[in-house]
Amino acid sequence: MDRPAHVLMCPPECYGIEYEINPWMSRRRGADPQVATDQWHKLRALIEAAGATVSCLRPVKGLPDLVFTANAAFVYENLVVLSRFHHAQRQPETPLCRAWFAEHGFRVHDLAAPGSFEGAGDALFCGDTLFAGYRIRSDVLTHQEIGELVGCRVVPLELVDANYYHLDTCFCPLSAESAIYFPAAFDEYGLRALREWIPDLVAVDAEEAARLACNAVVLGKTVITGAGCPDLHRQLRDRGFAPQETPLGEFIKAGGSAKCLTLRLDGEDAAAWCG
Amino acid sequence: MPPSANTTTAETDLHVEEVEVRGHIIDSLIFPKILDCICAGGGSFRIKNISIGQTHSDPSHALVEVRAADEATLARILGQIADHGAVPVAASDCRLEPADVEGVFPEGFYSTTNQRTEIRIAGRWTPVENQEMDCGIVVDAKHGTACCLPMSEVRLGDPIVVGHAGLRVFPEQRARDAEAFAFMGSTVSTEKPKAIAIRAIAHQLFDNRRANTKTAIVGGPAIIHTGSGPHLEQLIRGGYVDLLLAGNALATHDIEQAMFGTSLGAYLDREGLAEAGHEHHLRAINRIRRAGGIRKAVDAGVLRSGVMYECIQHNVDFLLAGSIRDDGPLPDVITDVIEAQRQMRVKLQGVGFCLMIATTLHSIAVGNLLPAWVKVVCVDINPSTAIKLSDRGSFQTAGLVTDVAPFLRALVEEMAVLDSSMATR
Repeated sequence: MDRPAHVLMCPPECYGIEYEINPWMSRRRGADPQVATDQWHKLRALIEAAGATVSCLRPVKGLPDLVFTANAAFVYENLVVLSRFHHAQRQPETPLCRAWFAEHGFRVHDLAAPGSFEGAGDALFCGDTLFAGYRIRSDVLTHQEIGELVGCRVVPLELVDANYYHLDTCFCPLSAESAIYFPAAFDEYGLRALREWIPDLVAVDAEEAARLACNAVVLGKTVITGAGCPDLHRQLRDRGFAPQETPLGEFIKAGGSAKCLTLRLDGEDAAAWCG
Repeated sequence: MPPSANTTTAETDLHVEEVEVRGHIIDSLIFPKILDCICAGGGSFRIKNISIGQTHSDPSHALVEVRAADEATLARILGQIADHGAVPVAASDCRLEPADVEGVFPEGFYSTTNQRTEIRIAGRWTPVENQEMDCGIVVDAKHGTACCLPMSEVRLGDPIVVGHAGLRVFPEQRARDAEAFAFMGSTVSTEKPKAIAIRAIAHQLFDNRRANTKTAIVGGPAIIHTGSGPHLEQLIRGGYVDLLLAGNALATHDIEQAMFGTSLGAYLDREGLAEAGHEHHLRAINRIRRAGGIRKAVDAGVLRSGVMYECIQHNVDFLLAGSIRDDGPLPDVITDVIEAQRQMRVKLQGVGFCLMIATTLHSIAVGNLLPAWVKVVCVDINPSTAIKLSDRGSFQTAGLVTDVAPFLRALVEEMAVLDSSMATR
């Protein structure tokens, strides 16, 4: 990584499984606050060890998912497109995010297009193309607006498996030419589009995909995933990456792993505009 | 499914909605996905317009007509493709304004074409009835219906469609008729072979009679002057004509030849002019006026042959519209042109084929009243007649440049061949 990365996180002081808005969540299988805090700090330490600066949102009681900052917004240079959450439970997060971005000098854009949009969870650059997950949490028209706003190619990818409800749960750009993906989360059109536009695709098997292997944080050559993804790590090492794992089981209970807990404020390394 | 494979189903799919798809729809395969989704849902589509972005920051745009056999299927398909970004184009109803003056449209009224048109009333696409060019559209809010309305028919307070919102027009697909009249092409030419064209017209008349579809003939007096009246009479006797539209002249000279054997004083069966023959047509008109009309003259035995006689004998409906140069005229002639138009509109309902022979004025008058899906063949020695019809919006007109006499003779011969081939079957 030849530039200092800047990552937005939110400490898990108010995190918990308080509602069920995806197939991973079950209120009967709550998160252990202490373990969760421990896991979060380990992740933060790995991110900082990889050379990134971490800024934090202030946790708010009653907003347990604020910890998943990937869904706060979509960031492009100084422009921030705020999320419009699909579920009412997460909608109160938006004003807090708006305030934070405005305070920190970002230009905040509110979408005009109808429908929901869940930030970097469903909009990831790989090279000069924005890959956009839709159908479950984000609506396809919102991505079109972003494409027009930013002036980039947008490839919408329909998410066909409810377990992989955000694009970042089944797809992770590694560089401008390579990405991790879980093929079964996409339909034939999505797979054809991915194969057309990304020369090197690293497929994750069903077992590791279910541990949210694709939900990785990429910082230069460092790729941080949750624990238990040996096959992916082997494939990454073969490509010259340095994979690292850290236990994130308490967050996987809510359907999120490393990537969901972070938002890259300076643009992902795989995005051509960051080069 | 490739788009070309889809056109066969489109014919029967009457419920339609236009949708728009924007973005990088080609790169992402979203567009083929939407088209596949339409087909998989039991619908069909027609791509009306597509512009492909040239660079990665340049999005593409497509306008697609989605069709389905019933409204429920269409609604289901629209719901599915909306998730992939296909948005219906017409989101608004048509705009209505009440007529504030009798016989006058509100300013900004929608001026109709002769193409099939639908308007959106309370969210539903409604077909416009009595499709006719150069009219307005009046809405019957109580029954949720709409129809074309000529300017002269506007009544105070009639709700009239203004502007273009909530309106859509379906141009006739000329390719559909490729096998029937394609030989005539769109241009009128004196250089084209006539026999094939005449055979096609014969088949059309034959098929119409079999299918009980109305055939109208618009005729000029040249039919009589050239001695071709008996050919037309034969078509009438054969049951190939359901409606004759003409002027005072055709009927007058037809009656003149029935009574005096002349047309405009010239003998039809031999060369030369009859002595005082120029008076014949006036004497003929006078006798019909004395009888009280053509039907009464036939009933009284005053008129015993000719085109008009055959019309009466075979219950063929006719309408004679007057013009400023008419002698007489015959009592059957409607001299109020607005009233003539009104009655022609009624009589033209259900006409599927219109053969216009040797008349410019009446051909254009009838052409103006016909919707674009009624096939029209215009036969005239002067190419300008067919050209004028097309220029005035009757684009469906196929022109045949030929003299009336050989045309009708050949047509009658073709009909005889068809009749005998049916008889031997």
